[in-house]
Order: sequence, then C-alpha cells, then structure tokens
Amino acid sequence: MKRIFLIVFVLALGILLLRNVLPQRSEDQTPLAELKARYQKKPVSPVNHSLFAALQKDFGKPQEVTEACISCHNERHKEVMRSSHWNWDRTEYIAGKGIRKVGKRNILNNFCIGISGNELSCNKCHIGFGFSDASFDFANANNVDCLACHDNSNTYVKANGGAGMPDSTVDLKQVAQHVGKPMRTNCGTCHFFGGGGNNVKHGDLEQAIFDPSREVDVHMASDGVDMQCTACHTAVNHQMLGKAYSLSSMNRDRVECESCHTRLPHSDNVLNNHTLKVACQTCHIPIYAKVNPTKMRWDWSTAGKLKDGEPYEERDADGSITYTSLKGDFTWRKNVKPEYVWFNGTASHYLIGDTFDPSKSLKINELYGSYDDPDAKIIPVKIHRTKQIYDSVNHYLIQPKTYSSAPDDGGYWQNFDWNRSAEEGMKRINLPYSGQYAFAETEMYWPVNHMVSPKANSVQCIECHTRNESRLAGLTGFYMPGRDRSRWIDTLGGLLFILTVLGIAVHGAIRIVMSSKRKKG
Amino acid sequence: MKLEYIYRAFERFWHWAQAALILMLGVTGFEIHGSIRFFGFEQAVRYHNFAAISFITLVVFAIFWHFATGEWRQYVPTLQHLRAYLNYYISGIFQNAPHPTRKHSLSKLNPLQKLVYAGLKLLVIPVMGVTGLLYMFYRYPQRHEVISLNIGGLETVALLHTVGAFALLSFLAAHLYLITTGATVTSNLKAMITGYEELPEHDSPAATSTTKGH
Repeated sequence: MKRIFLIVFVLALGILLLRNVLPQRSEDQTPLAELKARYQKKPVSPVNHSLFAALQKDFGKPQEVTEACISCHNERHKEVMRSSHWNWDRTEYIAGKGIRKVGKRNILNNFCIGISGNELSCNKCHIGFGFSDASFDFANANNVDCLACHDNSNTYVKANGGAGMPDSTVDLKQVAQHVGKPMRTNCGTCHFFGGGGNNVKHGDLEQAIFDPSREVDVHMASDGVDMQCTACHTAVNHQMLGKAYSLSSMNRDRVECESCHTRLPHSDNVLNNHTLKVACQTCHIPIYAKVNPTKMRWDWSTAGKLKDGEPYEERDADGSITYTSLKGDFTWRKNVKPEYVWFNGTASHYLIGDTFDPSKSLKINELYGSYDDPDAKIIPVKIHRTKQIYDSVNHYLIQPKTYSSAPDDGGYWQNFDWNRSAEEGMKRINLPYSGQYAFAETEMYWPVNHMVSPKANSVQCIECHTRNESRLAGLTGFYMPGRDRSRWIDTLGGLLFILTVLGIAVHGAIRIVMSSKRKKG
Repeated sequence: MKLEYIYRAFERFWHWAQAALILMLGVTGFEIHGSIRFFGFEQAVRYHNFAAISFITLVVFAIFWHFATGEWRQYVPTLQHLRAYLNYYISGIFQNAPHPTRKHSLSKLNPLQKLVYAGLKLLVIPVMGVTGLLYMFYRYPQRHEVISLNIGGLETVALLHTVGAFALLSFLAAHLYLITTGATVTSNLKAMITGYEELPEHDSPAATSTTKGH
C-alpha cells in the first residue's frame, strides 16, 4: 500500500514537472507562423494599366486623369466621395456633446492648429484637387485625386501651397499608366509628414517606415514580411479601417491586432491573462521614434523673433528645427518610451468655440477609460504638449491664419502679427475675436500603434512590475504585483519577523550562557 | 539516550518536499512582491506558479495520507500540558529541565506544536491556497464572460496572500530555531532525516500522556 502510494505520487509529480518545463506549443504550430506565410505571398496585379487605350494620352489637367479612371471604374468615385479621406468630416458621437460633424475641416489641433484660412498649404494632403477654401465643391467627382493613393510609380507629388494640385513636374501620363493598390509610399506621403515635417505628429509613422528594418517595425520591415498599410487598414469600397483619435471619438472601425493574432496569442497563460486589460501595443512597442526624432512640445508663444528684421531658424545636432520665427520653440525626442493611459475606444474632442479653463492644461482629445471599465485597456500614447494661442477674453482657442499667399493677407508667417492673424482666422470660422490673445497649455493624445518590435525586444515584466520607475507608475486604481503593496502589511509583517528573530537571538543567547555556566559549575 | 522511530518515510518525504517548496515559494513570492531581486521577475513568477501547483499536489497527497493512517489526530489541539510547555520554553529549558512530556511515535507533537500546526493547516495554508489560486485564475471568469463570477481586482486577494506570507516567514524563523531544542541540539534534525530520534531514557512526569484516539 505504502509503496504503491509513493510510486503514484512520484509519477504524478514527474508528469507535473514535465508539463510545466517542456514548451507547450512549438513555434511552427502557432498562428504566427501561419500569418508569416500568408503575408509573405505578394499578389501580382491582374491588369497592366499602361496598355489601356484610355490612358494613352498626354493629360493636360489632373482632372482629366480622374475622368479616365472613372471611364472604367465607373462607381468607385462615389465610394471615395463617401469616405472621410475625401470629406474631412464625419458624423461622430461625442460623450457630453452629442452627435457632431468632426473632421479636419472643422477641428483644431495643437500643431499647425487648423486648416481654415490655411487651405492652400494644409490641403496639399487632401485627396482632391483645389480644396482652397470652404467653398470647395465636394460633389464634383472630377476633383477626386485617384493618383495620390494609387500611384505605384513613386513619382507623383502634390505641389506645396497648391491646395492638392499635383506639382508641375509630374508626368501625369506616366503616373496614370502605373497605378495599383496603395503602398506605404502613397499613405506615407501625407501620414508620415503631418504637422509640417517628418514624424511631427505620430512618432510611430515617419519616413523610416518607407524602408524599415525588423527592429523598427516587424510588420512593415523590408527585410521581413514587408506588409503594406492596407494589409491591416483594409477597405471595403474605399471605407478604410483604422481610427486616428486626433479626429475620431467612437469605438468603431478600429484596426485590432487581435483580428490576426487572436485574443490569446501567447503560449504562456500568465501573458495571456494580461490581454484583458493590456493592449498588445503596450508590451510590443517599447519605444517609438526609433529612427528619427518626433516632436514632443511646441511653444507657439516664442514665435516671431526676428534677426535683422528677418525670420530665422535654429537646429540641433540631428538637424531638427528647435526654433523658427514662424512657429516658435520645438522639443524633439528619439527612442521615446510611451506614456500610458486607459482607453476604451472613445474620446472627447475640443470643438471650435468650446470654452475652457486656461489655468489648466487643455486636453484637446481626451481618451476615455479606467481600470473598472471592462472595455478599457492600457495603451501606449504619445502626448504632444503645446502652448498655443487663445482668446483671453472669450476663453476659447483661436484659429490663426498662418499661411500667407498674398501680400498683407494677415498670414502670421508673413507679418508676424498675432492680432491680424487671429482676426483673419476667426473670421473664417465665424467666431468673434475679442482682440485679446494669450497662450494656453494644451495636450493631444496619439495612441502608438506602429513600430512594433521583434518579440525579443518586448517590454520586460520588471519594467512595469517594479516599485520604482514602473512604466505604469501613472496608472492608479488597481493593484499590480511588484509595483503595489500595503505599507501597513509590509511594516507589521516585517516587524513580526524582526521580533521573532530578536526573540530567537535572546532565547538562544540565554540557553548558550546557561549551558556554559552549567558546564563550568 | 535511546533511539526511537518517530517519522515514517512518507512523513519525512512530505516534510522535506514541503520545506523545499515553501522556501522556493518564499523566495520567488517576495521577489514578485518587490522585496528582493534574485531570479528576475519573469522567472520568479514562473517558478512560483510551478512550486504552487506542486505544493497543492503535495498537500492533497498529505491530506489523503493523514486520513488513511489516522495520523491527523496528532494535530488536534489540546490545552493539556500547554502551561507546562510555556513554562518549559520560558524557564525550564535554560535549567536543562526535561521536556514536560515524552515524545514517541503516537505523540509526536507537544501542545504548542499542535496549536501552531492546526493554525497553519486550518487557516494559513488554506488562505494561501485559495488566494494563490484566485491570483492565478481570477481573470478566467471575465475572459470567458462569466460576469457573475467576475473578480474586479487583485487587491484583496494580493493583500491576504501577503499577510499569509509574512505569517509563514516568521513561522519559518521560529521553526528553524526550535529544531535545536530537542534532547540534543541536533536530535530533531537527525530524526527528520533518518526517522529515528534520540530521546531521553528516563520518564518525565507526564510520560504516560498519549494523544486521544490511541
């Protein structure tokens, strides 16, 4: 009986040991290997546009190219014209504010602030031709710019200050004959340079993503699976998945890692247990702005200093502009550890005319969520902090006119007069300007979703589960092992242990003394 | 002095396996708690979970053994001779007085031990086991959308687990010291290794006392 019992026990222990020590799934059985294989296959286009009769001509105007496109793709323009890439405006529900039309057309940010009055420059990135002021005809299909997204010749560029018109150097025939699915070069032309330069806005989307290494981005790596943006940002009828919370506020149409990697992607259960509350990005994007610095702070209040009556710039060792008379002071950072927030997929937005308390930093797009919210997870964010112009009597943000296309049109970048610039800008958004301006602190939250690192470079447990300098030090309202403790329990427990040891020491000492006395006696 | 067979093979295996596992759980546990650095957090969690499952398995076997053999009766707390033992550890031990009762295979534990071990087995170990399992599995109801069983957060679970850990830590210190208070300084240790303990031949005043049920 005793022997059988022992044998069973040892066997059970052995099985347990093996189950825990041996790897549970080998690498090539995981969904990851399947995904790698799937995305390594690169489809070849079924048609050669350079042979189509409609494209055998020298296009005088870009609108003629669009007409040619529509002559075959005779429903596609309607899809495009329903998209937010075209409308720069979409219906969103914002908690506390109701259903509102929100988009680049009518929202203020804390970079170049807003397009109103500055359309010639900003709207270079509109997928249309000639969106030069609020009177642009959004119903005219010929103004849809198919080439911005579908140029595969990598020679199509839009003109600076051209309100979306192509640069005069572009060979439209050549481009029209080499169109295809959008590539990183198409999306990146706008999305990597938002805010007036490379990597100004996102931090995780910049020109290095045109040709990244695996260390920079495992998905888009040229030396890896080389995925294009549209592999994740899929589209049905030109309605793309993916949300930039600088403009969006609803939890819909998001791209999620889980759609490919599943909700339980790890072979380790302890890691899988994290996925309910921690977004994949939190561990798998340990740093962003891995190649080129990103803008962390913008101080508009110092703009306008002149040298010998002329505007000037200062640059740091990396070549990044740290001061320009046009825009003020910038702070850039490279290899940035993200900040972390709870996020349930919904956000608020500062809308034109909202009043705020200038003594506190204004959250232009506050991300919602908390530990207790079952839909919320911890996500990494870049927080861009700015000092920007506001109406100090009416307590709302000012839309300044900055870009200048004619002499003395009020553009700040020409005459460096905030009052004139504010007057002109506010006129365009139909808000009164009191004539008094000051500069307020604002914050924008940019979820970090790209620049996913190889597995080996993921955030290590100890970087969060630690008493001091935890990456999640700023998130409260929940207990995290390694970071949190009860001071009471630790103090009393420690005290109990010390008293026990002291008791032992005293008791033992008396025993030793008494026993040596007895021996002598 | 005479040698008497006190601890059977399973008991000795159980004791030392438990000792090793509790040591492992202690070191890795206090590393997870942030008190020490040794294996690294990730490994500490892995070892802690493995040691915990092993410990629970061992406990299941030990419970079975104690009921199968009737040995569980040895742990039933009693007030009999409690005062005598308190007096012994407070003063008698210093004068080289004999233990108040005689130890033999039917009465391995003195009343102080019975009290402490009953407390461990009925309170501390169950609390550690339950909070430990909750610690490991509290996400499962939420993950599988069993909302009624949802555990909002770790705080209560973790703090109870910490309290238990500190209780065990102080127990361990006292336990290690009390090893030296047998008939000789090493007789307890040798007994737990070989099963045979050196015990004094002369009878102590309460030598006839045995545990109830025998």
